[in-house]
Amino acid sequence: MSMVYDTEHPVPIPPIIWDNMGYWEGINRHELVFQRCKECGTWRHPPRPVCPKCRSFEKEWTPSTGKGAVYSWVTYQESPHPGFKAPYSVVLLEMEEGVRLVSNMVDIKPEEISIGMPVEVVFEDIAEGLTLPKFRKVG
Amino acid sequence: MNNIKNRAAIVGISMTKFSKDSERTELYLTCQCIKAALDDAGLTPDDVDGLVKQTDDASDEHAVTSSMGMGNLTYFGESRWGAAPSAMAMRAAMGVATGVANYIVVYRSVNGASKRRMTPSMRTSGQMSTSDLLQWTFHAPFGHMSNAGRVAMIVRRYMHEFGINNDQFGWVPTVCREHGARNANSMFYQKPIAFEDYLKSKMIVEPLRRMDFYEEADAAAALVVTTPERAKDLKQRPVYVLGAAQHMALETEELTSYYRPSISGLPEMGKVGEKIFAMAGVTPKDIKCVQLDDSYGPFVPMQLEELGFCNQGEGVDFCNRGDRIRLGGELPLNTSGGSLGEGHIHGMNHVIEAVRQIRGTSTAQVKDAELVLVASGAGGPASGLILGGKS
Repeated sequence: MSMVYDTEHPVPIPPIIWDNMGYWEGINRHELVFQRCKECGTWRHPPRPVCPKCRSFEKEWTPSTGKGAVYSWVTYQESPHPGFKAPYSVVLLEMEEGVRLVSNMVDIKPEEISIGMPVEVVFEDIAEGLTLPKFRKVG
Repeated sequence: MNNIKNRAAIVGISMTKFSKDSERTELYLTCQCIKAALDDAGLTPDDVDGLVKQTDDASDEHAVTSSMGMGNLTYFGESRWGAAPSAMAMRAAMGVATGVANYIVVYRSVNGASKRRMTPSMRTSGQMSTSDLLQWTFHAPFGHMSNAGRVAMIVRRYMHEFGINNDQFGWVPTVCREHGARNANSMFYQKPIAFEDYLKSKMIVEPLRRMDFYEEADAAAALVVTTPERAKDLKQRPVYVLGAAQHMALETEELTSYYRPSISGLPEMGKVGEKIFAMAGVTPKDIKCVQLDDSYGPFVPMQLEELGFCNQGEGVDFCNRGDRIRLGGELPLNTSGGSLGEGHIHGMNHVIEAVRQIRGTSTAQVKDAELVLVASGAGGPASGLILGGKS
């Protein structure tokens, strides 16, 4: 994949295209939503035009419980972008709906993260018009 | 036709030296390599009627054709991603097997270290595909932006599921550097490392260290493919394509296949293995040495598992202390040094080295290396080859 370094913004801006627009609209109103097939009910993320199970194009942007657990995680010791100060961690989460997503944890040191740790979504307003879903440890 | 076994042979190879600065354009390196590979085969550019390139290569087919004075191309194709090297050889084999072309040149040229690029490909002008954009959207805003990070996410889960300590990944780079140290063409000629050097290597993205990742290089490689019948009249001992396959599955992404039930394996490589062993009619026990994708060292034990050289979760034990995977062991791997110990040219050196093993001209020559397996594209769309000295 080509590297595009967007250094004009605090972090690289998520390029919004027709297929993922509903997701980012949800995030901007502080709501975590995932695509759910209107025909067979299968949740999917990242967003795609079609349901891979039943091939229906009908979908709904459906609210998530916002709860999940750490499935895997890494700690960058060198930063690829001025917006991120190393060391910082990136987590792969498995949500209650069964989908996974990549994000960051807040209010925790990298060495305190572990696989299976329960988490819930919080919303971080980065800049005008730019909000990101982040996660914090629960329990 | 559902099988290309014994329908194609590699008859010419060439490789430039690996360096940190070639001081040449990629197109220049490509042309140099193609001429040398044709000389090796006993052919000239006038004989060539097919070309296969890597999609992102900076040397476009028409520039190569005009530069080399090739005036009669009836086939040109390309392959993408880390899976390209074996898949390019497969594409060339399919080309000669079907008769759409008779002598096909496969090439790859990379100024990966110097970034010296005076002939940019139209494909690398910064335009992202819709699918790449979708991936970027969900990773980059969170700082998940390097290949090292993408791979480390998979590896952490693999460690968790099989109780692996990240220090254990050090044996693959150690052995690759031992092999690369014997190879005068390598970036690391006469520069082996000890396992302790790996432990001291800088953490880049935990749990992985600098030495888990490929070494950027400037280099080029080319090979020439024709039919077994035509191969008989040429200069070199033919190396036959006995098995060749590609595989892509549900939720395959290039290095970020995070969205499927299990991420602690390389299922595409498993499928490639099943197919090439069946096509060649051999088993893992028959293979004398392997050239695996070591762009990311921890994917090597995972490939050994997927290809059936050991059970799932046992790849790291297989590599422990290096004795089974170094020259003299039961399954020497990456005998030219590979991406970790020779230099990174996106896996083309692995195909070239497999041919050298069968010809008997490797700098880490395995005795009677009549059957060699090549794997390309670990951690994404995958491809593989089984090459043999006998048809």
